[in-house]
Amino acid sequence: MVYLTRKLEFSASHLYNNPALSAEENKRIFGKCNNPHGHGHNYTLEVTVAGEPDPVTGMVLDLKELKEILDREITQRMDHRFLNYEVEELRGQIPTCENIARVIWNLLEPKIRKGRLYKVRLYETPELFAECYRNGAQGA
Amino acid sequence: MNDGLKIELGRRYQFSASHRLHSERLSEEDNWRVYGKCNNPYGHGHNYVVEVRVSGSVDPATGMIANLTDLDGFVGREVLEPFDHKLLNEEVAAFQETVPTTENLCKEIYRRLKPFPKAKLERVRVEETFNNSFEYAGEEAQDRQTIQ
Repeated sequence: MVYLTRKLEFSASHLYNNPALSAEENKRIFGKCNNPHGHGHNYTLEVTVAGEPDPVTGMVLDLKELKEILDREITQRMDHRFLNYEVEELRGQIPTCENIARVIWNLLEPKIRKGRLYKVRLYETPELFAECYRNGAQGA
Repeated sequence: MNDGLKIELGRRYQFSASHRLHSERLSEEDNWRVYGKCNNPYGHGHNYVVEVRVSGSVDPATGMIANLTDLDGFVGREVLEPFDHKLLNEEVAAFQETVPTTENLCKEIYRRLKPFPKAKLERVRVEETFNNSFEYAGEEAQDRQTIQ
């Protein structure tokens, strides 16, 4: 098995607020992330696909195709967007790194037809990331 | 959410500390042969990076596995405050008996963070320099296959 990883960056804004909680609770739990104007990050996404290289092409999957999938599914959907209001898949969720990573997994998994999606790692800052993988697969 | 997906949160911290690699069980010559310049009796320092990985269910009310305030506070109390700007050999009890190699440092940090009450500690990675890094995920995980 070979594991292939492609990186991409996108910039987006978000805020954390749960309408079921009081203003004070939101402030206490989410701190400065609760600022109603939102704030932004440069996200770095690492997408890892596992598979056997095709004997003819030597590729697990064509990187060009992966790049197009990532552009269509992630960049166009999230880059320079306000995640709370403009990304349908995040509606009703707090757009934390954990939740965005899960949304990205669910967007990408059905689109990757050669090899299989193995891992999604999303950095919100260089010091904070979330990783998503199938239960039972080993994180690394 | 039971969709067969596992989510982990990773957080990176930094502290600076000095150490000296020297084993009481070895002769002066052997210490020098084994540890080389790391055996310098005055010690030397590093900017250590600690990457902490935790897992758990994502709370639908907060979208979080663990609130970063809780994780940062715990890591701060258990690791960063006792280690930052310290001589590990002299000022951290665990290293009065064992050599503060980064292997042992990684295990000690894991031991200190394992009781974190808000999520499950998965693994600890310590980067001693840009070129050297170490990971520990508990004894039961030693044979698990990993990839970078």
